[in-house]
Amino acid sequence: MSAPSQVSRREFLETTAAAGAGLVIGFHLPAGGRFAAAPAAPFAPNAWLRISPDNSVLIVVDRSEMGQGVTTALPMLVAEELDADWTTVKIESAPADKAYINPMFGMQGTGGSTSVRAAYTPLRKAGAAAREMLVAAAAQTWGVDKVECHAERGAVVHERSKRRATYGQLAAKAASLPVPENPTLKEPKAWKILGHRVKRLDTPAKVDGSAEFGIDVKAPGMLVAVVARSPAIGGKVASFDATKAKAVPGVKDAVQISSGVAVIADGYWNAKKGRDALDVKWDDGPNAQLSSASISQLLRDQAAKPGAQARHDGDPDGALAGAASKVEAAYELPLLAHATMEPMNCTAHVRADGVDVWAPTQFQTGVQGLAAKIGGVPPEKVQVHTTYLGGGFGRRFELDFIQEALETSKAAGAPVKVVWSREDDMQHDQYRPASVHQMRAGLDAAGKPVAWTHAFAAPSIMARVFGPGVIKNGIDEETVEGAVGMPYTVPNVHVQYALTDLGIPVGFWRSVNNTFNAFVVESFIDELAHAAKKDPYEYRRDLLGKAPRHLGVLNLAASKAGWSTPLAAGRWRGIAVWKSFDSYVAEVAEISMNADGTPRVHRVVCAVDCGPVVNPSIVEAQMESAIVYGLTAALWGEITIDKGRAQQSNFNNYLMLRMGDMPRVEVHIVPSTDAQGGVGEPGTPPIGPAVCNAIFAATGKRVRKLPIGKLT
Amino acid sequence: MPPISFTVNGKRETVDVAPDTPLLWVLRDTLGLTGTKFGCGIAQCGACTVHLEGTATRTCVLPVSAVAGKRVTTIEGLSKNRAHAVQRAWIAEDVPQCGYCQSGQIMAAAALLAKKPHPTDADIDAAMTNICRCGTYQRIRAAIHRAAQGA
Repeated sequence: MSAPSQVSRREFLETTAAAGAGLVIGFHLPAGGRFAAAPAAPFAPNAWLRISPDNSVLIVVDRSEMGQGVTTALPMLVAEELDADWTTVKIESAPADKAYINPMFGMQGTGGSTSVRAAYTPLRKAGAAAREMLVAAAAQTWGVDKVECHAERGAVVHERSKRRATYGQLAAKAASLPVPENPTLKEPKAWKILGHRVKRLDTPAKVDGSAEFGIDVKAPGMLVAVVARSPAIGGKVASFDATKAKAVPGVKDAVQISSGVAVIADGYWNAKKGRDALDVKWDDGPNAQLSSASISQLLRDQAAKPGAQARHDGDPDGALAGAASKVEAAYELPLLAHATMEPMNCTAHVRADGVDVWAPTQFQTGVQGLAAKIGGVPPEKVQVHTTYLGGGFGRRFELDFIQEALETSKAAGAPVKVVWSREDDMQHDQYRPASVHQMRAGLDAAGKPVAWTHAFAAPSIMARVFGPGVIKNGIDEETVEGAVGMPYTVPNVHVQYALTDLGIPVGFWRSVNNTFNAFVVESFIDELAHAAKKDPYEYRRDLLGKAPRHLGVLNLAASKAGWSTPLAAGRWRGIAVWKSFDSYVAEVAEISMNADGTPRVHRVVCAVDCGPVVNPSIVEAQMESAIVYGLTAALWGEITIDKGRAQQSNFNNYLMLRMGDMPRVEVHIVPSTDAQGGVGEPGTPPIGPAVCNAIFAATGKRVRKLPIGKLT
Repeated sequence: MPPISFTVNGKRETVDVAPDTPLLWVLRDTLGLTGTKFGCGIAQCGACTVHLEGTATRTCVLPVSAVAGKRVTTIEGLSKNRAHAVQRAWIAEDVPQCGYCQSGQIMAAAALLAKKPHPTDADIDAAMTNICRCGTYQRIRAAIHRAAQGA
């Protein structure tokens, strides 16, 4: 059996960083620049921590807060080992700086559910090193042996002499001591902050309107721009006439930029009125005839051709030919928009002497590099100010909205905030790829699978973002993620992939390629269970002998859902299990069918094994969140294309799950000391197949094309 | 265009803008009250919810001319120091994730509780139609019930 070759996005990015690929840029600020804002001489033993004489503990958060809780979880790592008084911890978002490169990415960015995993050791060490220095400073001050001193809640105590000094009092002295390279970390049983349901630090600002999102940024003399972009994706401005736009009161100018025409005004409303009044002739470009039907046909043709081999074990063709029974099914998934609650926006001020960018971004060094290029200044003259993100989901890893603000500010010679309308946001997204999958399996007389083949066609996100160099022998290792890693014990397996460019830009969408591969694998294994006349949970369980962590969450979810107990009349269950971002999640969905043929999801039981848990309340919230995200997409999510144009425009035709649709979600966390995984994304992949498997149980109808919509 | 006057968070404001400008953009761009958010522009998502004469109102489609002489309360004016029962309940339940929709959610919840001090789940489903893309609905529901108990 050949081992599946799994090169993760992380490994890829590390490789390209080492090779100096264009997008991967890290810079050092000039000496003192990093903490230039700090007035006193605080104790700053590393890039993440500052302790001031007033006892305040400032923790610099170098990942973007988009709801996933990094502004709480990362400070918890530092504060635990520091023995900080949690009530004095303040947070600040990091500038773009080499010190803040994500070690799992090779650049400063937030994504791939990496934040806690990547920071777990470095940030605890940062806190522990500071604690050891503070203890040493106290011991020196008191002339006692440091082993007689200990730290507790922001102070060092010498028990024997009853002496006590706060971190603020010790800060100056500690700053003069060497930073220990290998400080001792606590045993988890000694944790007072980590592993506990610590309240989020960002909540107070998010209940009184004071939290600053990108769209809230104000700069002196700032103008607001709304951009007219080609309605056909990939089209260009042929010509434009700004006479009517400039006649709108408040409109200052209209300038052509790479993505279209920016109408600049004194505020959003006038800029939008100006944009609506603008006369633009568009060249529709290469997608002028593109439609959802043509995309679907292309993907089906491509999936039917011999693709690039991603995994091959044994003799799948021979095993299929000799199988007692065969199962075949084709699945199709649509393009999806991210639809973050905060529409895309960015504020930039391009000057001769430097550039400031205020942005809700997931990719600080990308912003810095782009700003340096457009501003014509060295990178160290670019300041990136990361605001709160009103949702990210991968959309804010992109730089398109950043580029618009930079170009418009440069043209206007003033600070400019570019704001997208909801329609702009939905119709000019980098969409979750559409895909088509052809599945075949052979079962033996007992119903066990002897062959499994998966042929699929989909665009490559990595190829769009990082160029065709990421493709090796026709394979983008990210796109085949999960298809190759299919966890069930089957002796003969073949997975092939046909990279298919749709002409539509595709991007990272919460849980990325797992979204479609999970739907296909977890629906098809359900089809096999049915063909084998087995219970779908037991069938999976019996095939997960080589996947203990999959099995652990599967069993836990089934048990907590009462899988073996009868349901109320009219209720049905479905189950799915999936590993992504090194975490394992199983979900059981309990549904009923409405009279109109739509499903109603009443309850979702979720079991997650993400290794050591930093904050169980945040893990639970992320599972709930990821389930809502995936459920919304499975029920209704679909961007369709006509003449190269996205046909959905707003929440009236791209539907969102609301309170009244919300199932009861129960999250169960597996106590685990295994390798740590992420939590932002892994809850999303299993929900679609779990619901569709429940629909099959209810109706005997197999959903093979998403969204579910209305069953007929 | 004569200036338009109304009351925001207890303070009389007079603005000189086009009368068709939605109240949302007057609050955000003219008065600098950015706690009220822009989400959709077609009154679908509720991120722009404020209280107009005490009633939860979506402001992205409400021309400022319609509020002349009226009393508007935004998230900034809901309470001093996050003292409103809904805000305290939101903190106790750790509701927000990205937080972008939460001003609107809180204003909608506060208006609901002002009318129905002890709402049922069905009341909450009917009144709380704001979109949260992070899916905080379960915690919002718990927080509303908690606020009904005095938070």
